[in-house]
Amino acid sequence: MQDFADSFLLAIGLILSGDAELWAIVLLSLRVSLTAVLVAAVIGMPLGALLAVGRFPGKQTIIVLVNALMGLPPVVVGLMVYLMLSNSGPLGVLQLLYTPTAMIIAQVVLVTPIIAALTRQVIEGLDAEYAEQLRSLGISRLDSVPTLLWDGRYALMTALLAGFGRAIAEVGAVIIVGGNINHVTRVMTTTIALETSKGNLALALALGAILILIAVAVNASVSLLGTTARQSAYA
Amino acid sequence: MLRRTFLGLLTAAAVLGTVTTAKADDFIIVQSTTSTQNSGLLDAILPIFKEKTGIEVRVVAVGTGQAIKNARNGDGDVLLVHAKPAEEKFVAEGWGVARQDVMYNDFVVVGPGADPAGVGGMTDVVTALGKIAGSESIFASRGDDSGTHKAEQRLWAETGVDVSAASGGWYRETGSGMGATLNTGVGMGAYILTDRATWISFGNKGSHRVLVEGDSKLFNQYGIILVNPAKHARVKAEAGQAFIDWLTGPEGQAAIAKFKIGGQQLFFPNAKGAGAAG
Repeated sequence: MQDFADSFLLAIGLILSGDAELWAIVLLSLRVSLTAVLVAAVIGMPLGALLAVGRFPGKQTIIVLVNALMGLPPVVVGLMVYLMLSNSGPLGVLQLLYTPTAMIIAQVVLVTPIIAALTRQVIEGLDAEYAEQLRSLGISRLDSVPTLLWDGRYALMTALLAGFGRAIAEVGAVIIVGGNINHVTRVMTTTIALETSKGNLALALALGAILILIAVAVNASVSLLGTTARQSAYA
Repeated sequence: MLRRTFLGLLTAAAVLGTVTTAKADDFIIVQSTTSTQNSGLLDAILPIFKEKTGIEVRVVAVGTGQAIKNARNGDGDVLLVHAKPAEEKFVAEGWGVARQDVMYNDFVVVGPGADPAGVGGMTDVVTALGKIAGSESIFASRGDDSGTHKAEQRLWAETGVDVSAASGGWYRETGSGMGATLNTGVGMGAYILTDRATWISFGNKGSHRVLVEGDSKLFNQYGIILVNPAKHARVKAEAGQAFIDWLTGPEGQAAIAKFKIGGQQLFFPNAKGAGAAG
């Protein structure tokens, strides 16, 4: 229990100290995970929407598959991306292994199914509600996708946040493809893993507290943005 | 309004994404072991090398087994590990250019203060392990094909105890790195074979202390190898060799000897003919 009190004080001290190294690590974590969520959204949202409104054979199978992929184990994703990007792998020429880009790729693989699956659910609900109206306006199923996505934007925020939560918290994939290299690919979660392995449990826990704070801050700003936007939209 | 916020978010994320630390060829990747990193040795000596040559050394610290596999895949320029037979095999198979000694430290057996197997103060590690097995006291093994794990298996082989038969009983394989195994072992009150450097710098010792040390069988040699550019064209042979020459030369050797924690020297340089090409 001593560790909890110690690490709480440590966390406050670390934040107040404005330690440059810590900030660099925090910023890298945000950069990697936010970029990954953005890329995953660009892929996952249209995919999810198509799965919601589209009518094609095998649709149900793909939906089940996408839902199942939400549970992809990060270590396995890390290993697959490593084998692709390794100098002995098919994409070795790109020289991306042990770079932040490799970490972004791994997180995109982890996050895309989450965003796609949640988007499908949101859009399916909206489609059921508005399909008749949209058809009467002469808008085809496919053409209604942008409208439905825009209409569901607040609900889709949750999909993005779920994806961000997964990305910022995972360690298994980024530690394999990033290598936890100091000042290059070391992020919050890999730092926590490293400090734990050094037996610096209080420091590891303090870093964990800071990571949770970051997640809260990101979620709060999105929620704030949503509220302000909604208010100005209906003002 | 909302559209603008969205666009703002997109642009911010795009900017965050494109500002990559893509520097030119002024870095090498060293596949190494957790002991050299967790102890703080590399953090202490690498800045000296960078200062002198401008070459940044990026360290991927994993178990020796994984480090060798990564190097075989060409995902590194230099290999700095501690499992001589595996290193020699790596060179013999053509994956590495040549192997050179760099430094040594030693393994120790740590265990709970209560010492249920009564091995405290022993200097004969094989007999001590035999006593731990005989009393079926809990022993936490790395179980991860690392250099330390290989050393531990060699020692068990000498005792004649079949630890795989006891796996899951008193012999527990964590399948993790040294630090994680120490955390687990301290939690279980287990005996653990660890390299001394990791133990000295480890922060969660509990009541555990060094119980067996000083046996020549506990000698732990570190070697350094340039990954063969003939096998992997992308290996930065020149910069990698510069690092090897520096580390095995007088300056690097002195830097290793100077690294201390709490006044205690953790690694002992022993490169042959400092500076001479392997």
